[in-house]
Amino acid sequence: MYLKTPSSPHTHGANGLSVVMLRVVYALIPAIAAYAWLFGWGVIINLLLATVTALATEAIMLRLRHRPLSPFLKDGSALVTALLLGIAIPPLAPWWLIVIGAAFALVFGKHLYGGLGFNPFNPAMVGYVMLLISFPREMTTWAAPLSLSGQTLSFSQNLGWVFSGTLPAGVTLDSLTSATVLDTLKTQLKLGQDINQISASPIFGAMGGTGWQWINLAILGGGVWLIYKKIISWHIPVAMLGSLALISLIFFVIAPEHHASPLFHLMSGGAMLGAFFIATDPVSGATSLKGRLWFGAGVGILTYIIRSWGGYPDAVAFAVLLMNMVAPTIDHYTKPVVFGHRKGPDDR
Amino acid sequence: MSRQLWSFHGGIHPPQYKELSNQRPIAQSSLAAELVIPLHQHIGQSPEPIVQVGDYVLKGQELAHAQGYVSAPVHASSSGTVVAIEERAIPHPSGLNALCVVLATDGEDRWLEQQLDERHYTAIEPSHLRNLIRSAGIVGLGGAGFPTFIKLNPTGRVIDTLILNGVECEPYITCDDLLMRERSTEILAGIKIMRHALQAGEVLIAIEDNKPEAIAIMQQAIANEPGIEVVSVPTRYPQGGEKQLIKVLTGKECPSSGLPFQIGVVLNNVATAYAIHRAVNHGQPLVSRIVTITGDGIKEPRNLEVPIGTPIQHLIDQCGGTSGEIERIIIGGPMMGFAMHSSAIPLIKTSNCILATRQPEQPAAPEMPCIRCGACAEVCPVELLPQQLYWHARAKEFDKTQEYDLFDCIECGCCSYVCPSNIPLVHYYRFAKTEIWSQEREKEKADQARKRHEFRLSRIEREQAEKEARLALKRAAVQEKSETPDKGEAEKQALIQAALARAQAKKESQQEPPKNTAELTPAQQRIIDEADARRQRLDAAADTPRKEAE
Repeated sequence: MYLKTPSSPHTHGANGLSVVMLRVVYALIPAIAAYAWLFGWGVIINLLLATVTALATEAIMLRLRHRPLSPFLKDGSALVTALLLGIAIPPLAPWWLIVIGAAFALVFGKHLYGGLGFNPFNPAMVGYVMLLISFPREMTTWAAPLSLSGQTLSFSQNLGWVFSGTLPAGVTLDSLTSATVLDTLKTQLKLGQDINQISASPIFGAMGGTGWQWINLAILGGGVWLIYKKIISWHIPVAMLGSLALISLIFFVIAPEHHASPLFHLMSGGAMLGAFFIATDPVSGATSLKGRLWFGAGVGILTYIIRSWGGYPDAVAFAVLLMNMVAPTIDHYTKPVVFGHRKGPDDR
Repeated sequence: MSRQLWSFHGGIHPPQYKELSNQRPIAQSSLAAELVIPLHQHIGQSPEPIVQVGDYVLKGQELAHAQGYVSAPVHASSSGTVVAIEERAIPHPSGLNALCVVLATDGEDRWLEQQLDERHYTAIEPSHLRNLIRSAGIVGLGGAGFPTFIKLNPTGRVIDTLILNGVECEPYITCDDLLMRERSTEILAGIKIMRHALQAGEVLIAIEDNKPEAIAIMQQAIANEPGIEVVSVPTRYPQGGEKQLIKVLTGKECPSSGLPFQIGVVLNNVATAYAIHRAVNHGQPLVSRIVTITGDGIKEPRNLEVPIGTPIQHLIDQCGGTSGEIERIIIGGPMMGFAMHSSAIPLIKTSNCILATRQPEQPAAPEMPCIRCGACAEVCPVELLPQQLYWHARAKEFDKTQEYDLFDCIECGCCSYVCPSNIPLVHYYRFAKTEIWSQEREKEKADQARKRHEFRLSRIEREQAEKEARLALKRAAVQEKSETPDKGEAEKQALIQAALARAQAKKESQQEPPKNTAELTPAQQRIIDEADARRQRLDAAADTPRKEAE
């Protein structure tokens, strides 16, 4: 009788990595559905391109690094990176933009640091920021919500645009696109307009941008489900959204005509996606619970600072990457007190 | 039950599988033809064997005598002949052999005439009670095996709370559950003896709420006992950990490197209380225990009362044998037990469970990289950062692992249990601990060698100095003889004095030997004494020519 003698424990009760990653994917589905509903087929094409590129890149890199393909392709981490990047890219972007972004995220954001678990930065945000500073025009040409443009591209028309840059006769790119609310806010404020004048534009909805607010609500729903399922802890989302709300409230109270409301900040751009899906990436974020509060708060405050005074309209990606840099330091200073090391009245 | 309960951090709720083995009553194990009784069955020093091969021994007769304070004797668990005293495989995680007394039983199971202290336990001095418990070989039966008499010595402190651990938080194990159900009055008798020995205040019997029968029966048993309370605690692993349970019941946090009695608490297992009752009220040393034989690889899982030293295979056979292909045989529970290479090992005092598991239907998932999700930190009952410990242990940065309080880890296995990447975290911590221990041993050895070397150097230097002094004196004497008599006596004296002063100064500069000369061995002392004697002789000899010259 051959008996195995591994070290204890002899039982395991956790879901594997792939289950964790798949739940993140499930949590994104409502947001993706809302996004596609409001912006058309471009969203789906983006996500498919990102996924295929990411998985192919992952496979090539694993082969080059002499790692087994199957467990790492199945772990779902490349899929999550692809979806997060795909969601963050404008729906009418040309195909090469997403392909370059996804490949860069996987190669430079992940595998060159040692692959899963070893990347200091969030790979999706590495890809996104690289695209944003390399291809600013393509990255800021956002599709207008279908309800505003009134024009819809069929799936094949959309494919034609993405791959060959041709639009059906009678449709111009300008009619399909519009600036994002954050972009508009930034440029118009610079031109001396006040919030009330700016938000009279049809691209502004009740809470955030028209259409965008629904996507953000869907992301919020998915995020809350992730917390409920214990895939993420509440610390980072609450700290990030809380600090963003607080700092925007302070400025809003001081000068409401020059600063958007906290609700607008929470419901626009990447705030929700950042809070629940990006800043919560465990690999590149802080790990102790107290550290996560600091980390989340840092992301929230940096987001507001960059949105208000930085060079880019949205700031979540930069804020997350900046906080990734300090995550190890945060962890170092937020070590929890170990049982039996506490000083208390019980000490005799 | 309105008692206030506290909580400890983390913990898990693994599936219990207790119903496998708690449906049948405790059965008496049959007597094996050969009992293998290891000498080392507890924490502390091994006892010395006091029997010889060929001796006929009776049940309860002492086989090995305790050595030093933290030690416990071992007794014959049945009558028979000692056929060997040799190294055999024992239930120990190392898988190494250790010295055992091998007993061929004669089947009569005859007890040694019991020397019972006829007095009621309340009339016996606590210190004498501790002696009785010590000579009965009683050690903690919950699994750790710390000699019990030490835990019953309050060393002058006031013990507010005596806790009886009937938590049994590990899955599968039901021996304490069944013991409480079937022998509650005996347990209570043992508890009272403990309380008397400790002069303890209140007594709390903690039982997890997944054992309602045991709770009801124990409550019945203590119905008329003031100051003793049964406390039902919500099931959570590892609640049976000593410091965790103390926290839950009293809210007190036992200091990291401290012992519970420092905060006025003593904690013992219910099975230990039962053993104390057998020892004090019946004069019977610890020669048997109740053990759970269970797992999906056992045909009829149940609890058996087993003579210490019975081979595990003999117990499995009594439970209908194995079913299916066995993958592991674990001594202890699935969370903290250790897997053995074979079933040909004896049961010892601390073995509470034998768990035989079948080949799982699905192969174990591969170990993946850590994604720093922090699930491990969430469940750690000691509030460590298991993932940081893992990174540093893996990188062999052992000083860092100690910064993250590696040695506070109780190896409960919660972190490994919840790890989505399937990392055997506890294994890494054991590895780091062992490496640190061996490094410390190496360092000790090196320190000793260095001390010896330094001593040798100082000895050589001293000898050199003595030699030079001797030579200087000789030279001075020779010079004196050869020099013309018209040289002034004062000048000669000055030369001699200068040489002497030089030698003296040199000697003094060497006079400060290293600090370690304070603890010299007799041999070293002898060498120094001899050297001193030589020096005195030399001094005397040096004086002589001077006199002659005068």
